[in-house]
Amino acid sequence: MDRFAFVLRRPLQLVPVLIGISLVTFILVQLMPGDPVRVMLGPRASEEAIRIVRARYGLDQPILLQYGYYIVNVLRADFGRSLAFRAPVIDVILARLVPTVCLLVYGLVLSVAFTVALSIAAARRPGAWVDQTVRLFCVAGLGLPSFWLGLMLIMLFSLRLKLFPVSGFGDSLPDVLWHLFLPALTIAIAVTPILTRNLRATLVTQSAADYAVAGRSKGLSENYVFFRHVFPNSLLPTISLLGIVVSFLIGGTVVVETVFNVPGMGQLMVRAVLLRDYFIVQGVTLFFAVGVVLTSFVVDIVTVALDPRVKL
Amino acid sequence: MSVGSEAGPRAAVGSWRLRLPATLLVGAAIVVTWLLIAMLGPAFVAHDPIAVDLAHALLRPSADHLLGTDSYGRDVLTRLMYGARTDLQMAFFGVAGPFVIGTIVGLLAGNFGGIPDAVLMRILDVTVSFPYFVLVIAIVAVLEPGLTSYYISLTLVNWVSYARLVRSEVIVLRQADFVLAAHTIGIGEIRVMSHHLLPNAISPSVVFVFTDAVLTIVLGSSLGFLGLGVQPPAAEWGVMIAEGQLYLATAWWIAVFPGIAISLLALGFSLVADGLAKLLHTAP
Amino acid sequence: MTAPLLLSVEDLAVEFETAHGPVPALQGVSFSLPQGEVLGIVGESGSGKTVACRSVMRLLSGNARILSGRIAFEGRDMLALDERELSRVRGERIAMIFQNPSTHLDPLMTVGRQVGEALQVHHGVNAQEARRQSIELLADMRIPEPERRVDAYAHQLSGGMRQRVMIAAALACKPTLLLADEPTTALDVTVQAQILDLLKRLRRERGLSIVLVSHDLGVVAQMCDSVVVMKDGKVVESGPVADIIERPRMDYTQRLIASQPALMSPASFGTHQGDPILSLDNLAVHFPQSRGVGALLAGRARHVVRAVDGVSLSLARGETLGIVGESGSGKSTIARAIVGLAPVHSGSIVFAGESVAALGGADRVRFKRAVQMVFQDPFTSLNPAFTVAQTLAEPLRRHRLCKPTEIPARVADLMRKVELPVELLTRRSGQLSGGQRQRVGIARALALEPQLIIADEVTSALDVTIQAQILGLFRKLREDMNLSLVLISHDLAVVRHLCERVAVMRGGRLVEYGATADIFDAPREAYTRELLAAIPRIAHPSPLSDATRHPA
Repeated sequence: MDRFAFVLRRPLQLVPVLIGISLVTFILVQLMPGDPVRVMLGPRASEEAIRIVRARYGLDQPILLQYGYYIVNVLRADFGRSLAFRAPVIDVILARLVPTVCLLVYGLVLSVAFTVALSIAAARRPGAWVDQTVRLFCVAGLGLPSFWLGLMLIMLFSLRLKLFPVSGFGDSLPDVLWHLFLPALTIAIAVTPILTRNLRATLVTQSAADYAVAGRSKGLSENYVFFRHVFPNSLLPTISLLGIVVSFLIGGTVVVETVFNVPGMGQLMVRAVLLRDYFIVQGVTLFFAVGVVLTSFVVDIVTVALDPRVKL
Repeated sequence: MSVGSEAGPRAAVGSWRLRLPATLLVGAAIVVTWLLIAMLGPAFVAHDPIAVDLAHALLRPSADHLLGTDSYGRDVLTRLMYGARTDLQMAFFGVAGPFVIGTIVGLLAGNFGGIPDAVLMRILDVTVSFPYFVLVIAIVAVLEPGLTSYYISLTLVNWVSYARLVRSEVIVLRQADFVLAAHTIGIGEIRVMSHHLLPNAISPSVVFVFTDAVLTIVLGSSLGFLGLGVQPPAAEWGVMIAEGQLYLATAWWIAVFPGIAISLLALGFSLVADGLAKLLHTAP
Repeated sequence: MTAPLLLSVEDLAVEFETAHGPVPALQGVSFSLPQGEVLGIVGESGSGKTVACRSVMRLLSGNARILSGRIAFEGRDMLALDERELSRVRGERIAMIFQNPSTHLDPLMTVGRQVGEALQVHHGVNAQEARRQSIELLADMRIPEPERRVDAYAHQLSGGMRQRVMIAAALACKPTLLLADEPTTALDVTVQAQILDLLKRLRRERGLSIVLVSHDLGVVAQMCDSVVVMKDGKVVESGPVADIIERPRMDYTQRLIASQPALMSPASFGTHQGDPILSLDNLAVHFPQSRGVGALLAGRARHVVRAVDGVSLSLARGETLGIVGESGSGKSTIARAIVGLAPVHSGSIVFAGESVAALGGADRVRFKRAVQMVFQDPFTSLNPAFTVAQTLAEPLRRHRLCKPTEIPARVADLMRKVELPVELLTRRSGQLSGGQRQRVGIARALALEPQLIIADEVTSALDVTIQAQILGLFRKLREDMNLSLVLISHDLAVVRHLCERVAVMRGGRLVEYGATADIFDAPREAYTRELLAAIPRIAHPSPLSDATRHPA
C-alpha cells in the first residue's frame, strides 16, 4: 500500500529537525563564558596542547566551518573530552545510558497502565464520584514537584516501611525493577495526569459520537461499543501525545535520578552543570533530543498502522 | 440535526449569564491567599529568614516555631513566607515574557503564512524535540545558575508554546467567514488581526498561562533543589527542600512543608486553568 | 382494510437535564404506524422530531429522561424493557439510519465488519458467515463491487455509498421497522433521489415499515402514507399525507407548506437589458495542491484542482443571477473569486466596465465597497467577540461613510432595513438565532450601500420558514434599492423564486446558462433535466411544472 511509503519518506523529513537540533546544541556551547578548550583541558594545560585541540575541533576556523567540524565530529561519535570524568564524552554518556532507558521504559509502562485504568474508570460514568476523584488527581497531580514527591516516597516506603531501597540501580532484572520502582512511580505520577486528562476527555466525547450511537442502535451492548469502537478511536489522539510525554519523562529523569541516586544520564547532566563540564551537557542534550525525535518517528509509524485514514 | 442541537444549546442561548465555575473561584482564592501571605506575611513574624542560629537548630514544630526550624536554626514558617515571594515572582516573570512574545509571533505567522510561518514551524519542530526541562537546564548551565538565567532560558524556550497555540487558532480563524467578511469590506490587516483574530484566538493561550505557571513553579523549584536556580541561603521552596533532604529521617518538617507549599500554590493555578478552560469553552 | 398497528406512541413526554434546569423536549406526543406503511415526522429544528424518533428505541442522549407515555411495538411495552431486552430489540426488530453517514460509521473498522456486527451479536454467526452476508447485503443495496467494498473504510466511499452501507447494516437482521432520521439531508439532490428510490424498493420487497424524520416536506410527501407535523416538542397535526398537504388545518402547517420554495411563485421581474454590471469571461480558478518536498524531489508535476474552468457569465444592473449546482460544482468558488477570496488563474472579472484584476489603490477600495458578500453559515460569519452594533459600525467607520456621531443612527437604520429590533444591537452573535444572525450579515453587507451583493447559500443552514422570510427580505431589498444580486444555491426552487437568470454548474464547468423560465421549462442539457427531476415534488394544486409556465 501507498500508505507505508511514508515510512521511507519520513526519515527524510527528520533531516531538517536533526540539523536544527545540532545547531541549537552547537550554539549552546558558543554561548558559554570563557574558552571551551581551556574548560575542556583544565587550567594547567599547556598552550601547545590547547592549540592542538583547537585545531582538532576546528575552533581556530571561522564560525561556519566550526559548525561543519562539529557535525563531522558528532557523526564520528566524537563529542569532545570530559575534564571532570577524564574520558571521552561519548564513553561517559554510554556508560549511563542503560539505567536511564530502563527508568524511561519503566516509567512509561506505569504511566500507560495508570492512564488507561483511570481514564476508563472515569469515563464509564462521567460526573460520578470516581470521575470527580480522577479529575481532582489530574488537577492536583500536575503541580506535585517530582523531586519532593520522590523524597516523600523515600521517607515513607524506604525509611519508615523499609520496602524499597533508598537509592541505586541494581544488577539483575528483578533487582533493577525493585530498585527503580519508586523512581519510575515518581515520574509516572507526574505524567499520568496529562495523559489521563486527554484520554478521559476523548473517551467521554467519543462515547457520544455518532458512530457509537449507531452501534447502540444495532443492539450492540454498552461494553461492546465501548471497547470495540470508542476505545480504539480514543486511543489515537492519546498515542500522538506520547512523543511529548516521552520528552516530559526525560525531563523527569533529570530530577528523579538525582533524588534516587540512579547512575543515569539525567544525574550526569546535573553533575556536569554543577562541574561546568559543558561538553557533557551538550552531549547529553543532543542524546535526549535525538531520543525524542526517534520516539515521535515510532509514534508516527504506529499511528499510520492503526489509522486507515492517515496518508502522509 | 442531532438530539443535542435540538434542545441543548438552544435552551442556553436565551438565558446567557456569566456563571463562574467553582474550580475557578477556589483556585483564585488559593492564589490570592498566597499573594497576601507573600506580601503581608513577613510583617507578622519575628524571625529572620537568613540569619543562622545554631542554638535553635532542628527544633520540632512548636508554639514558638509553628513549622519547626532547619539545620541552621532558621524558622521554617518565616522562610516559607519569604519563599512565597520568590516562587510567585517566578510564576509571573517566567510566564509573562513567553506569553507576550509567543502571542505576537503566532498571530503574525498564522495570519501572513509564507516563509516566516515556515521558519516558525521549523523552529517549533526543533524546540519540541528537546525535552523542555533539559533544554532549560542546558541554557541555565551555560549562562550561570540563578533566577535571571532561569527567566532568560524560559523566554528563549517557551515563547514557542504560545506561538504554536495562537498560530493553530489563527490558521483556522483566518478562513472563518467573519474574517473573510472583514477582508471583503476592506478592513486593514492590522485591525483584522487585533479585532477579529486575536480576541477569538487568545482563549487557549490564556488558559495555558495558568497551566504554564504551574510548570514554571515546579521547574523553578526543581532548579533550586538541584542547586541550579535560586542560590542558598536565599529562601526559596526548592532550596529549602534540598536543605531538608539530609534530615528526612530525623527532621521531616524541613522538607515536607515547602513541598506542601509548592503543591498548594500549583494547585491554585491549576484550578484556575481548569475553571478558565470551562468558562472559555476551550475544554471538552 | 387497515393493517394491524406495528408501533404506537401515546402521550410521550421527554425532558433534557441542562445546566439551566430541565428543558421539555417532547410533550404529549402520540403517533402510530400500521404494518408496512411509511410515517413521516416533519418539523423544523427544535421541534423534537429527532427525539420522538429516537425515543422509539430509547436511544436518547444521557441527559434525556422519558417522563411519561407509552410506546408499544409488536405488542411489547418498550419503556418496560431492561437493557438486555432492549439490546435484543435494537438491530434485530427495529433498526435506524442517520443523517450524516460519514460520522455514523466507525472510521477505524471496515464497513463490511460494521454491516456484519449485528449478525454476529444477534444471530451468533461467525466472522466468515457475517462477511458473506455483508457482501450480499451490500450487493442488495446496489453498491458496485461489493466483494471489494466490503473491506473498504468509510472514508474511501462517497456520501451516497456510505448511506447505502448504513442501510445495509441496519437491515442485516431483517428488522420490521426502520427509523430513518433525515437520511438524505446531507446528500446532494441527485443522490438523495437514489437513496429515496432505494428505500421505496426495500419497503416494497421486504414489507419494511418506516418512520421517516425530515425537515423537507417534499421528501415526506413523496415517501409517506401519513405524516405528523411537529413544533416545539408537540404534535401540531397528523393524518394521511394528502390531507395534510392539500387541506392543512393548523396555521403552522399552512405556513410550513407556504414556505416550501418549490411552491413559491417564480421570479417575474423580467430580464434587464443594458450594460452588464458584472461579467465573467472564461474565468478559471485553480488551486494548486502542495505535495511537499518528496513530490518536488521526484519531479512530479504539481497536482492542480480546477475548481472553476472556463466560465463566462454576465449580469445586468438590477438583475439577479442564480448559480446552481451540487457540492463540488465550483459555484461557491465563483462567488469567492469575484470578491477576491479565491485566486483567478485565467480569464477576467469585469465589474462596471473595469477589469477587477487591474484595480489598484482607491479604485480597489471603491470596488470593495461596491461588491459585498453574504455568507452561508450564520454561525461563523459574525465575529463572536463583537456586538451587533460593532459589527455594523465597522464598515461605516472603515469607509468613512458618515461622521462618527451619525454612526448610531445609520446602524439603527440598517437594523430597520433587515427588520430586526434595535434592542439586539447590544447582543453578541452567540445570543442570536440563526435567522437573526443571517439578517445581521445582510445588514453588514448593506452598510456600504453596495451595487452588487453576492449571496452564497445564505439560506441553506436555516429552517424553511426562516428561509422563506430571508428570501422575502432579499426580494424586498432588490426592489427597494435596485440591487444586483448573485445568488449561489444548491436549491433550484430557491433560485427559481428569486432569479431572472440561472447558471447550472457541474464539476467546475458551466452546463447551461439562460433565462430562468427557459431553463426550467425547456432544459437543453441532460444534467439539468436530471437535477430538475430529482427535486422532491409535493402533490399540491400548483406543482412545479405548472408554475414554470408563469409568464416571464
